[in-house]
Amino acid sequence: MSFLPLKERSFTIKIMSERVYKLLQQGKRIDERSPYEFRKITIQTNVVEKANGSALVSMGSTRILTGIKVELGTPYGDRPNEGVFSVNAELLPLASKSFEPGPPDERGIELARVVDRCIREGKAIDLEKLCIVPGRTVYVLYIDIYVLDYDGNYFDPSVISAMAALATCTLPNYSLVNEKVERVEGEYIKVPIRDVPLSLTIGIIKDKLLVDPCLAEENSLDTSIVICMDSASNVVAVQKNSPGHIPFLLMESIINIAEEQISKIRAQFKEVVGVG
Amino acid sequence: MTQTTKPKLIDENGRRLDGRGPTDLRSLKIEVGILEKSDGSAYVELGKTKVYAAVYGPKEAHPKHLAIPDRAILNCRYHMTSFSTDERKILGMTRREVELSKVIREALESVVFLEEFPRSAIDVFVEVVQADGGTRTAGLTAASLALADAGIPMRELIAAVAVGKVDGTIILDPSDIEDKYGEADMPVGMTPSSNTIVLLQLNGKMTKDEFKQGLELAQAGIQKIYQAQREAIRRKYGASTTEV
Repeated sequence: MSFLPLKERSFTIKIMSERVYKLLQQGKRIDERSPYEFRKITIQTNVVEKANGSALVSMGSTRILTGIKVELGTPYGDRPNEGVFSVNAELLPLASKSFEPGPPDERGIELARVVDRCIREGKAIDLEKLCIVPGRTVYVLYIDIYVLDYDGNYFDPSVISAMAALATCTLPNYSLVNEKVERVEGEYIKVPIRDVPLSLTIGIIKDKLLVDPCLAEENSLDTSIVICMDSASNVVAVQKNSPGHIPFLLMESIINIAEEQISKIRAQFKEVVGVG
Repeated sequence: MTQTTKPKLIDENGRRLDGRGPTDLRSLKIEVGILEKSDGSAYVELGKTKVYAAVYGPKEAHPKHLAIPDRAILNCRYHMTSFSTDERKILGMTRREVELSKVIREALESVVFLEEFPRSAIDVFVEVVQADGGTRTAGLTAASLALADAGIPMRELIAAVAVGKVDGTIILDPSDIEDKYGEADMPVGMTPSSNTIVLLQLNGKMTKDEFKQGLELAQAGIQKIYQAQREAIRRKYGASTTEV
């Protein structure tokens, strides 16, 4: 006989949902935030010396660590003049009892792919500047995201930490000597940042919206959606990331709220990291 | 592979490479109940995109510890055959396939009455035979029909279609080449009668207005696909006498 933990039983979720919804009707949240207010964000960069770039970001008590390691490699055949990056994400078992050891499951893969889309489609990196010898040698950036503590919404702090790690990442400088790529000792260059795409997760419960759900809210939502925008407020990536319905007519408010709140996150990002 | 240059995707007359206008759907063919052994199945063809879906269950959940006491679990596998794409796809599940399996499953979970089948499992398999853009949406369209064909109670059907942006124009139902060289691809899955979104992704850059325009275009396309879904069910089961 198997039982779900009390918190995951349908009646508990129902009671919690009703409470979250009732509070929202009065413009309140269970943690005393207003509906469109995200949790406190802290950004620390260069927290891991051995990484080329790193950032520890917390959003409320959700905490994400991103590290970047750089190698030399070959470019993709159809993009010989561009550097390469790949994003990986792991939901570490120390972050939550719902995360298990082992290779990334579908949630980890989804997180990595959404952050990847956000960086790629948001044109965050000037990849052409990461090319050393066209068609042969380029910088390869491995952006690895680890969820350290999970209190709901790992998407937004992951995007922030990936961008903060990128913006502060240093690459060993190489030069071309007699057709050979050689390391210029002691010289480093910065990752050329073109834009800082950022995301906002919006929860939907009946006709009400809330941003940056904490875990207790996340469990009681009807569904949720992640919106990524660049600095010009273009939508660069979207992911509806849980089961459930979004009434079509809510989409306009969702996009407007995302634009407004992402610009606030961007202002904080710029203040701490220096770009944005 | 050599670097290919981007072809002109929309000509002076506003026609696309395959002759369609921006808001035209490719030719659509839907069949229900075409696989013998499954409990429910469907086939969707949208231009050159060809997708099968099959449903097994509700049945006992395996392994047993995965069973949930108050509802069924829904498993979904979106998979592409190795020869479905221009370059051979490696065998097994890619990260893309894992992600798409998740978003398709979550869309289906929104409409299936899982609480009707405690401790059971429903398996949905989506197999892409040929990929020419819009495979996840065609897969979702087929999967919802396969569930209906299996007699599994659902709130309503799901119809899905992608919209894209090519050469600055918002288009319905992008083909593979339009997706590859276009500026954005946005798959949308909806419940056509209650007008809710159950699957939504965007890959690419759109302004806020283009995003809204894209959603509206998808909504219109979804209504057309829904009509074709209903006709396909009628062909198999005859006209229904009661409208719910």
